[in-house]
Parts: sequence; C-alpha cells; structure tokens
Amino acid sequence: MGIRSSEITPRSLYIRRREFLAVGAAGAGALLLPRAVLAAAEAPHGRKLEGVKPGQPSTDEKKNSLEEITHYNNFYEFGTDKDDPARHASKLQTRPWTVKVEGECAKPGTFDIDELLKFPLQERVYRLRCVEAWSMVIPWDGFPLATLLEKVQPTSRAKYVAFETVVQKQNMPGVGGFGAIPFPYLEGLRIDEAMHPLTLLAVGMYGEELPKQDGAPIRLVVPWKYGFKSGKSLVKIRLQETQPPTTWSQYAGGTEYGFYANVNPEVDHPRWSQAKERRIGELFRRPTLKFNGYGDQVAKLYAGMDLRKFF
Amino acid sequence: MEKAARQPWLKPLVFAPALSPLLWLASRGLRGTLGPDPVAEVLNRLGLYAICLLFCSLACTPLQLVLGWKWPLRVRRMLGLFAFFYACLHLSTYLFVDQGLDFGGIAKDISKRRFVTVGFAAWCSLVPLAITSTQAWVRRLGYRRWKALHRLVYLAGALACVHFIWRFKTALLQPVLFTAVLALLLGIRLAARARPAARRVSVPSESR
Repeated sequence: MGIRSSEITPRSLYIRRREFLAVGAAGAGALLLPRAVLAAAEAPHGRKLEGVKPGQPSTDEKKNSLEEITHYNNFYEFGTDKDDPARHASKLQTRPWTVKVEGECAKPGTFDIDELLKFPLQERVYRLRCVEAWSMVIPWDGFPLATLLEKVQPTSRAKYVAFETVVQKQNMPGVGGFGAIPFPYLEGLRIDEAMHPLTLLAVGMYGEELPKQDGAPIRLVVPWKYGFKSGKSLVKIRLQETQPPTTWSQYAGGTEYGFYANVNPEVDHPRWSQAKERRIGELFRRPTLKFNGYGDQVAKLYAGMDLRKFF
Repeated sequence: MEKAARQPWLKPLVFAPALSPLLWLASRGLRGTLGPDPVAEVLNRLGLYAICLLFCSLACTPLQLVLGWKWPLRVRRMLGLFAFFYACLHLSTYLFVDQGLDFGGIAKDISKRRFVTVGFAAWCSLVPLAITSTQAWVRRLGYRRWKALHRLVYLAGALACVHFIWRFKTALLQPVLFTAVLALLLGIRLAARARPAARRVSVPSESR
C-alpha cells in the first residue's frame, strides 16, 4: 500500500517559505495586473478637416465617443489586444503618404494624401459591425471610393479591386511576431461593391483627421460588410480581372472569414453566433441586421447568390 | 521544523492574493476603467484568473516533488476552490450578461461551438472536484477513489487550455505558454510516478 509523501497532508514547513511566498505573491500580482489600466486613456485629436458637408445615408443612432472609437481597435499590425493600437499606433508615419492606384484602368496614378484630403468631404454616420459580434456607430469623414476610381477610368476588365495596407515593420510591434498573420494586410471587393455609393474612403472622423489607430491617413469603409473588409492605412488599390487573395480568406484554410463577409445574422462564424451583437457602450446584445441594416441599398448586388456559400 | 498549527498566517497569505484580482476588477468597474467593452473585459479577466488559480493548485504537488516543499499542499484545496470560484464567475458573466440569459442562444452556443463546448466541459469537470473537496468526502469515497476522481483536475486544465487557444483567431503566445506549463506540471508528476517505489514514503492507507 504505497502512498507517496506528496499525498499526505504535510505536518511541517520549511523556513524558506516566507521568502518564496513574498516573491510568489508579487509575481502573481504582476501577472494578473491588467495591461489596459496601464495604457493612457486619452482620445487623440487630429487636425481639423475643412469643409466637411453632411452626407447621406447617415444613421441618427447614438454615436460612439471618440474615446471608445480610439481605444477598442483591431489593427493587428500594432498587436492583437483591443487596446494595443491605442498604445502603439502613435509610431505610424503618415507623412509623406501616397496611394497608388493601378491595374486595369486607363489612367493609373499615385495620389498624395494632401491631394486626397482636398476631395469634397462628407460626413457619413455608419454602423460598424465587427465579425467578432460587437458594433459601433462612427461618424466618418471621407468621400466615395467611386470618386477616386472614376478618376483612373477602370477598363471593362476591372472586375475586382484589391487593397493593400501599409507595413512599417519598425513602427509596428505586431508585424512578424509570434503567430502573427502575414502582412501586408490584403483585402478586396468586387467592382460593383467598390463603386457602390455607400463605400467610402475615410480620411477623418468627428471632423478631424483620422486617428492613427483607426487607419490614418486613409482607410476603406464598407458598412454592410464585417469590419475586417475595411482595410486601414491604405497604400495601394489595384483594379484587376480576377478575385484577389485576401489575408483572412487565406488564413486557416479559409474557414475563418470569407471573401464576401457581408454582415449576416443567419450565417454563423464557426466559433460564435452572428445573430446578435454588443453595441459598444451597451450591456446586453442587440439583434444583428442583415447587411448591417443597409440591405435596401445593397441586397440587390447579391441577387441569386447563396450567401451561405459565399460567406 | 515547525508544527502545521503554527502557521496560522499561511492560508490568509494565500487567500488575499487569490482574492485580490476580483477586488481589483470590481474597483475598475466602480471607477469605470474597464474600457470600451466592459463585459468582454470582465469575462476575459475572470477566465484568465480561473486558469491562473487552477494552475497554482496544479503546481502544489510538483513543487513538493521537486523542491520538497510541503506547505503548498496545505493551500492546494483553497487554490482549487478559488479556481472553481473564478470559473463560476466567468460562466455566470457569460450566461447572465454576455448572453443575457437567452437560453436558446446559450444552448446553441454550447452544443455547436467547440470553443464554448470545451470551456463548458472544463467547468463541468471542476464541479465534482469542488463538491468532494471536503475531508468528509475524502472519508466517504475512500482516499483512493477520491484521489482517482481528483485526477480530473488535469482534464479540466487541458480543456481550459484548449478553450483558451481556440478563443483566438491567430496563434497567441499566452495560451500556448499556459499549455506548456500544464505539460510541464503533468510531466513532473509522471516522472515522479516512474521513479522506483523505494523513493516514496510508504504509509499504510489505514493511517489516513
């Protein structure tokens, strides 16, 4: 009947325990200390944008605060925690900055950000639905992507638009780290999605230049699709005939997120339901709307398509 | 050597740090510093604390085996119960707040999503351990059966690690490190079992 000493309630202790306990308690405390509290919780303010006109459609739902919009971000180049972008994105260099538009078009070109900031800007208050089942209401300032694409004159072979976002390895702690997704982050749209009047290139929010953690100096906003479709800090837009490879649709064998990624409460993610979402600032979940509530404007783009297959 | 009864400070000294993360979380809640999504923050923190405490309880025996310390065994039950306490708070946050007691959604979540299934299974495997954590239950079951039952803790640890890894869409260092620590703790026990019996202290089971 062998019972190990480890199984017996010990009757004695050693003197060294005091030291160990103190060190152990301090170590455990440090481990459990939430990193979020260490981050400065101050909303960054960019340069004021001139001549922004109210645009339609805009929701009149309660807008999320700049504090919320700048401290709850997915921008994996700066880390995978929601508060990582707020802590690290200040290192992003946003000047000089150009956006190259190339591929199947008559007049490819490279546009300087200061040139793009002179496009007629409008405010669009859009719902943003993240694939992770949370949402916000954000007042974007920008212009329809179509305005830029019309300038380069897409050819008839331009069936898709590929987006490439910036990589500044030395400024981005999330690039090349353990388990990191491949960068640059690639996204894509069908040409009719890209030319849709709802699809914006945003250069600001709340009347100010975009905060860096939200994709400064210029980003895509496609409000009826999950947020990851809306690439941040764009450097290249390419018109092409074939469907472009995108970062998430290639990741993990394409099971994670699809190319279309239209907000759809009926099609669940493998790990969670998409039927409901938590609006940041609210305690309980609310039902998710098909096409994020923009179905009247965009459902016709997908007439006859099986949205379960093309998720 | 001192008598066990002479360490009245040992349990309070472990109890306080084990409880402190909850107090810290509560104080952040009261001060409104839980960030833009407080529900997710509380849910994730409670889950992390549960795994940390579970691992602390799992480390007690290996500490005794490797370093000869016996005091961890005196706080093992308390650490295990704290792990269960945090796991219950984690699960309650999910049920009551995150899901708002939408039973249809919860049932679907647990049955359909492997990440949730595994987390729920981890909690379920802790339940019998918490119930039978008293001396009375050791006597009722008999020590050998009680001990066999409590090996479930390693299953709970493994399920918790899988739950933690599957939570993320990319491979993350933290859950992988937790899994490595679990493997190390289990490895130490297995290595100790493999050692010749002569190195063990042999005590007749009746003595318990």
